[in-house]
Amino acid sequence: MKSLAELAAIKEKMQSKVVLREGSSDIRVVVGMATCGIAAGARPILNAFVEQVNKEGLSDKVMVTQTGCIGICQYEPVVEVFEAGKEKVTYVKMTEDKVKEIVEKHLKGGKVIEEYTISKV
Amino acid sequence: MIRSQVLICGGTGCTSSGSQALIEEFEARIAENGLSEEVKVVRTGCFGLCALGPVVIVYPDGTFYSRVEKDDVKEIVSEHLLKGRQVERLVYSDIAEDVKDEIAHASLNDTTFYKSQKRVALRNCGVINPESIEEYIAMDGYAALGKAVTEMTPEEVIQTVKDSGLRGRGGGGFPTGLKWSFTAAQPKGQKYVVCNADEGDPGAFMDRSVLEGDPHCLVEAMAICGYATGASEGYVYVRAEYPIAVARLQKAIDDAREYGLLGKNIFGSGFDFDLFIRLGAGAFVCGEETALMTSIEGNRGEPRPRPPYPAVKGLFGKPTTENNVETFANIPQIILNGAEFFNTMGTEKSKGTKVFALGGKINNTGLVEVPMGTTLREIVEVIGGGIPNGKKFKAAQTGGPSGGCIPASMLDIEIDYDNLVAQGAMMGSGGLIVMDEDDCMVDIAKFFLEFTVDESCGKCTPCRIGTKRLYEILEKITNGNGTLEDLDEMEKLCNYIKENSLCGLGQTAPNPVLSTYQRFKDEYIAHVVDKRCPAGVCKNLLTITIVEDKCKGCTACSRVCPVGAISGSVKNPHVIDPAKCIKCGACIEKCKFGAIIKK
Repeated sequence: MKSLAELAAIKEKMQSKVVLREGSSDIRVVVGMATCGIAAGARPILNAFVEQVNKEGLSDKVMVTQTGCIGICQYEPVVEVFEAGKEKVTYVKMTEDKVKEIVEKHLKGGKVIEEYTISKV
Repeated sequence: MIRSQVLICGGTGCTSSGSQALIEEFEARIAENGLSEEVKVVRTGCFGLCALGPVVIVYPDGTFYSRVEKDDVKEIVSEHLLKGRQVERLVYSDIAEDVKDEIAHASLNDTTFYKSQKRVALRNCGVINPESIEEYIAMDGYAALGKAVTEMTPEEVIQTVKDSGLRGRGGGGFPTGLKWSFTAAQPKGQKYVVCNADEGDPGAFMDRSVLEGDPHCLVEAMAICGYATGASEGYVYVRAEYPIAVARLQKAIDDAREYGLLGKNIFGSGFDFDLFIRLGAGAFVCGEETALMTSIEGNRGEPRPRPPYPAVKGLFGKPTTENNVETFANIPQIILNGAEFFNTMGTEKSKGTKVFALGGKINNTGLVEVPMGTTLREIVEVIGGGIPNGKKFKAAQTGGPSGGCIPASMLDIEIDYDNLVAQGAMMGSGGLIVMDEDDCMVDIAKFFLEFTVDESCGKCTPCRIGTKRLYEILEKITNGNGTLEDLDEMEKLCNYIKENSLCGLGQTAPNPVLSTYQRFKDEYIAHVVDKRCPAGVCKNLLTITIVEDKCKGCTACSRVCPVGAISGSVKNPHVIDPAKCIKCGACIEKCKFGAIIKK
């Protein structure tokens, strides 16, 4: 090891891999992954979230995880966003394009995209 | 893209309860479900909750599964990893009261066992893959070494360690920074850093856990110590009975060399340091610093008189700094976060945290790390989960065969170095063996003394012969032949051995006897005067009898008795022939009516 910069580079590279285990995220994105959700295409949604969150460098702030059936099967795939001190936001009929937008505007910009939420369908 | 990680404990405890097979099964099932790209299996070090092994944690949610068997893996993969539903029946459910209502799932950090803990030395154990140097680096690994050699002078490093208040975790509690400064003050030339990983107390396994779970932490700390004291070589003396620890430490050293974190010109600072492992054959005396260094030199592990202290004349006759594993494990955090990070935890004279290995009559056998000053009650009743089978706490032995016992009346004692010494016990390396009402204190003292008799190296007479004679007195007492004069003689001999032995082994060997005698004198008296063992342990002092009124004459006891000591006809009360009875207790276990008692 020649310099601190070299060490920092390895740290940077590896951080996204271990940050999953920190569990101190401010925001939790929960994807409904019961049979109904998976059948409606929740799996690519989950992976798209993981990918986008990492790409935007949000992995230390946002935890992407899965849950069972939320109970509104007709709206699957369903994604809920939990943030400390704020009301939870439920996005429905998710697509990969919506994921990109939600990560960009909501998770990064802090602005809920009302038209994708359950209250608008 | 990895979205979830399955952490499986690869410590010694969980490995022996089958975690290796679990890892393979998880990998196979994950591949079968096409999840290999999304889910990663990581083998980690000890999580601390050894009693519930094998332990599996699923991140990012942190679900904590305990006692997982190979057949459970399929369900965890198809339910949790594929569909996101926790397998409730396997989730460890002892959730801390104050968060019980808020959380729907059992995350590791919410369990009673973990919630009161504060992990510094063990911070990476059970979190990272110990065989991956890059994972260690991701958790700020080697940043402390980098900071020390590029931004700090050796004096500043020592001052930081001094200010932190860190004291040796191996037993005596000598201030670590002060120890380092002694070696640093010696003239320039060949100096050494030695790590004592010869963990030999019965019931202590915290050092093993650090070596297995976070070996790079030790490598980094020893290099920092080398920089601070002017040493260019280090030795880790680890017992050969720790094969997993040895293998992981060797890999850590090899990887560190490859990354240039050991060797020449570390971080371009001109500082050179290299590290070597020496295996010990498992002699308890080699945990004594001078004996340990004699053993590294290739000689028979025997202590020598001090002074000269190792800081002046240590390994190969050169100035040497010796610390134990847990002491070193705190160093990177102190350098990285500053002395205040550490000295704001703990009590006035004992700073930081301490790892305890919980064993004996306790529900959560395992490793815990708590701030100094935590009460014994909290460790035993809250984190340890109390005593099994609703039995009553009687005493806790700290410091293993060199320590003493703390009775139930002292449960609220705040544990730190000085409080324990004031109670006639000692911190030792942190073994904490819990005893309940079924344990005989005389027998316990005899057990620890038997260990030191065995382990005495034989160099000095007070220890070699003194402990043997002491053991004989205890044997006489537990056999029911003791007299009151024996008790006086015993106490005298204890003090004689303490005052005249050459090294710490002999000087502390009588502690378990003295401390139990002081705290539980009535039990000794009962053995000697009443020829009775109150806890019902010492066989020669027991009689097993059948209560005539309760016996239904079912004959179960006479059938199970291995020596045919029980006679009687069907439906009539049975009797035990005391001359034949070997007091094995088999009949007591067998009797459904509670008709057989021992006293």
